[in-house]
Amino acid sequence: MARRALEEINAGSMADIAFLLLIFWLVTTTIDSDQGIKRQLPPPVPPNADVPQAREQNVFNVKVNFLNQLLVEGEPLDLEQLKNKAKNFLIATGDGIMSHPVGGVTVGVEREVIQVRSASGSLNAAFPERIWVRETEVKAKIAEYEAAVRSAGGAGADKAKPYEGALEMWREKLTTIELLGGDYKELPPSALISMQNDNNTTYDTYIQVQNELQTAVNELRDEVALAKFGETFTALEDRYDRNPDDAELLKKIIAVRTLYPQRISEAEPRQASGY
Amino acid sequence: MSKFKKDAKRATPGISTASLPDIVFILLFFFMVATVIRSDDEKVKIERPEASELYRIEKKHLIRYVNIGVPMDSRYGTEPVMQLNDAFSTPAQIQDWIAKERLTLPEAEQSKMWVSLKVDKDTKMGIVTEVKQELRYASALKVLYSTAGRKRTGAE
Repeated sequence: MARRALEEINAGSMADIAFLLLIFWLVTTTIDSDQGIKRQLPPPVPPNADVPQAREQNVFNVKVNFLNQLLVEGEPLDLEQLKNKAKNFLIATGDGIMSHPVGGVTVGVEREVIQVRSASGSLNAAFPERIWVRETEVKAKIAEYEAAVRSAGGAGADKAKPYEGALEMWREKLTTIELLGGDYKELPPSALISMQNDNNTTYDTYIQVQNELQTAVNELRDEVALAKFGETFTALEDRYDRNPDDAELLKKIIAVRTLYPQRISEAEPRQASGY
Repeated sequence: MSKFKKDAKRATPGISTASLPDIVFILLFFFMVATVIRSDDEKVKIERPEASELYRIEKKHLIRYVNIGVPMDSRYGTEPVMQLNDAFSTPAQIQDWIAKERLTLPEAEQSKMWVSLKVDKDTKMGIVTEVKQELRYASALKVLYSTAGRKRTGAE
């Protein structure tokens, strides 16, 4: 009896089956992308607490009404112009390090403060005045706080904690001076960008305004990081996220952050701000 | 007669497709591993706004989601509502929810929890502000406004 040779099974249709599975998978899954604008909410304010008022010139007011229109520093403004206006606010008197192009105009290393008479009649600068941070002064402060820490029982002692916090801040300033190559001008601590919206503002407008304000800060940071470290700030941060042990990288990030702190805050919610 | 005369009868052999299933299976497995399947259904319609200054959270297990939008099922109304996990909720429930969700994280990471706000772009800010206030009272201060990506305005 002749043994019949086994016929080979044709596997050609396997590919089709696998393709069907693949396409089914592609269609049914939704990839969740967890990206967006990050914000740190302010801690809750206890009732009846006194909220310190910043000087008028140090606050960049952005209000959005129920028609999604913007009122920036008391004037109606288009969303497209918001970024440049915010940048102008942040480096109104120059940062002391380098010049920046803002909307076709170059803001120099140092600039005269424009004096404007406010509604109440007092003579005000329209922008926050950045203050020089000099290397000699910073070093003197560091020496002063180091002595204070020593006399309070050395590093780690309970009494020395407040001094250590201050010491850390001054050391960051010194890092900034060293890495950016010289004295710089810092934003006054009370300077901030404040946003207030109406209950009927749409979420989209809210996000666009937040995004423009963030772009203003990020662009300035990118410009300085690119000039000093040959890399954008975003790239620096990305790299740091992947290896958080890189101390040199962290110093660079701190330097840029000290020069351009992120000061976008939201006003306490209030009903209907008409204009 | 030439020694190197071409054999006119010889045809090019067909390319073997035997390895094709393997390739496709590898693709399939790649997608199965790489995609994250959302554990809870979205019960509200959400079209996210677009933004350019994006931050991506790498540690996904730290994220908790708050969805706000118009219900998919119109029987539940046409006004924006908030969804926590799998159920419609009111902003007043947020503090309890945050407290419960914190306990699902290891102790060392409880302070690192993120709240991702997925909000439809046509929602009015009223409900969002309310939710944000509740998050502040619950001390869940790290917030991500979930958006789609786009280019910076003015960039080519």
